[in-house]
Amino acid sequence: MDIFLTYLLAFGLAVPLGFLIARLYAAPASHFTAGLLRVCGVDASRGMGWRQYGAALIGTNVLLGLAAYLIYVLQGALPLNPDGIANMRWDTALHTAASFITNTNQQHYSGQSGLSYFSQLVAIVTLQFVTPAVGMAALFAVLRGLKGQTNVGNYYLDVTRAVGILVPSAFVLALLLTSQGVPSTYGGAKVARLVEAQTVEGKAVTTQTIPVGPVAAMVAIKQLGTNGGGWYGPNSSVPLENPTPLSNLFSMVSIIVFPISLVFASGLFLNRRRFGGAILAVMSVTSAALTFGAVMAERQPNAALLGLAAPGGNMEGKEIRLGTDATALWASLTTQTSNGSVAGMHDSFNPLGGLVPQLGMFLNDVYGGIGVGMINMLVFVVLTVFIAGLMVGRTPELFGRKIEVREIKLASLIILLQPLLVLGFTAAAVSLPGVTANSNPGFHGLSQVLYEYNSAYANNGSGFEGLGDNTPWWNVTCAIVLILARFLPILGPLAIAGLLAGKKAAPETSGTLRVDTPIFAGMLLSVMLLLQLLNFAPTLVLGPVAEQLTLQTTTPTTGVQK
Amino acid sequence: MTIPSNPADTTPQPGFSTWLRFALMWLLLCGLAYPAVTTLLAGSLFPAQANGSLITRNGQVVGSALVGQTFSGAGDFIGRPSAAGGGYDPVNASGSNLAPSNPDLRKRVRDLSAKIAAREGIPASQIPADLLTASGSGLDPHISPAGAGVQVARVAQARNLSEDKVRELITAATERGPLGLGGVGVNVLKLNLALNAAAPGTGR
Repeated sequence: MDIFLTYLLAFGLAVPLGFLIARLYAAPASHFTAGLLRVCGVDASRGMGWRQYGAALIGTNVLLGLAAYLIYVLQGALPLNPDGIANMRWDTALHTAASFITNTNQQHYSGQSGLSYFSQLVAIVTLQFVTPAVGMAALFAVLRGLKGQTNVGNYYLDVTRAVGILVPSAFVLALLLTSQGVPSTYGGAKVARLVEAQTVEGKAVTTQTIPVGPVAAMVAIKQLGTNGGGWYGPNSSVPLENPTPLSNLFSMVSIIVFPISLVFASGLFLNRRRFGGAILAVMSVTSAALTFGAVMAERQPNAALLGLAAPGGNMEGKEIRLGTDATALWASLTTQTSNGSVAGMHDSFNPLGGLVPQLGMFLNDVYGGIGVGMINMLVFVVLTVFIAGLMVGRTPELFGRKIEVREIKLASLIILLQPLLVLGFTAAAVSLPGVTANSNPGFHGLSQVLYEYNSAYANNGSGFEGLGDNTPWWNVTCAIVLILARFLPILGPLAIAGLLAGKKAAPETSGTLRVDTPIFAGMLLSVMLLLQLLNFAPTLVLGPVAEQLTLQTTTPTTGVQK
Repeated sequence: MTIPSNPADTTPQPGFSTWLRFALMWLLLCGLAYPAVTTLLAGSLFPAQANGSLITRNGQVVGSALVGQTFSGAGDFIGRPSAAGGGYDPVNASGSNLAPSNPDLRKRVRDLSAKIAAREGIPASQIPADLLTASGSGLDPHISPAGAGVQVARVAQARNLSEDKVRELITAATERGPLGLGGVGVNVLKLNLALNAAAPGTGR
């Protein structure tokens, strides 16, 4: 039921939203928007070339990242800190700033004890609005280039348009979430007198501290903006962040609604609805397969309980009110998009259940982060056009413009960056003694390390959280991966689109390779899957697959042990 | 669909000062204005939920309907194991993060399984999985109806209540989503508070 309703509602909302977005990005700036931009010294009626667009993108992002870093390291002295949270350590702050400026929201701290309200709001929520907006802006700049416009749009205007859609959406979602029990207050933590006093490590504990805060406002945009992370360390598994099955449904729909709507919007904006449909079909087939895999895996019992409990799904790291199906669905959706917030602990998933999130992040374009998911898919489209063109002996071209050496070089570099960074750093981390700080031994330990870099590269942010990741090693290496993996795959396609736009368009004839047919969609799917399998299958065999195989040989699969 | 034809970008766009003003504008609008409006409105529309869904008894806050607590009394329903700090500590909310292949998990489950089997007088093969597994947050306020079911006999005896009465209280503390969404859970804190009201002073 959760699965059916989530996809149904998401598609139902994504269609009108897609129309709205496509229309918004084709219309001139409203008076209000133009007025806002004038304050910043921007003339909204003027466009930019792709180089200018890229420069503005980098410039504003660097400044926002710097501001966020300063807020984290100074938060102890800043206002809105009722719980007296201390300043953040430099390396954690570096990682956090890199993580949030890249729409990743990988957390090496626990929000309820590591960040002040001021940090959560000004330095986290702002980035949670601006970074998906930057992704959306970049997508439309790329699309304009593909349409043949050397003027790819006005960066500031494009970002403002996106924020203008995200703010009201988040506002509505925040109210819905609060109605279900997500805290919304500027007051400090609540203290309850425990019904039964406890003794912890020899000390009497009679109270329970319940951290609250302006949680709903933050959680709403973390879901809608493919941001992820959470107010609380274990994200949406915490009942204060995700109190009911209904809040869980709202959250899951929010995770995928913008990524799906942007595929619709792209088709409309390009005036190629069939192309948009083909892309959406490729994504949806993959999405359904991943979800099916995760749900089926988590319905199996946890091997550690074999013979010690009644049969039932894997409940380690899962919440009763959500159940295994909804938690597995969440895991599948949050890693397909670049959301990365979790509703259960992926570290404790069955090995094949934990494989699904890794696959989703390797692909990183089903449905992908806001804007960037579609951009990643377009890179695969360029590559597929090239390969298909070679196979049938035609000049590879996309939308009437020839794809030549420079474009293919850029696309290949972007695709190769992923295995280089993810596998390179994984290898380095496991070969340096003592840096990994795993909570689990053996094959699963390797999966934990791989997951962390995979998540950083995919700008996802979820984790196999048993990793002791708040160390200078993890903070610095992840920050490097985060920043390269965010900005190169945006700037590269922007350059490809800008270069294509500068070429003369050839009329489409019967000899043109069509990109909106089922055959092309199948080809695209195969290229995408084969390439990523070639890249990552060996590590996956060493990690989750090996873990699954050892489980089945070392624990009895039938009979009950006493 | 047409794009308005903007004049080509012959003059360079403004640089650093524009970046700075653009960044500041969003820090103010998204970081301060949006959360303030949202939080204040949500707080006035749903005051109880907005403040953590607190439960009070005799003017004293005794917990949140959304956050579990540790119980161990013979007359109490006992929740799931918790990896959050010393147990159900929201400041240290956490799952165990132990993989199914981890020997530590196997050991934890084996010990707890034996303990529950002895406590409830049932064979291990009848213990519902949720009673042996730690939740993702370590704060799960619920156990499964089956997990409550195996504890009925013990609680009824210790509280000197009929099993039917205890089952009635379980039903009253059972929470489920609409349309069959999510899972069905028995709120342990609410249930034990109801037991304390029905049979005072018999919890231990």
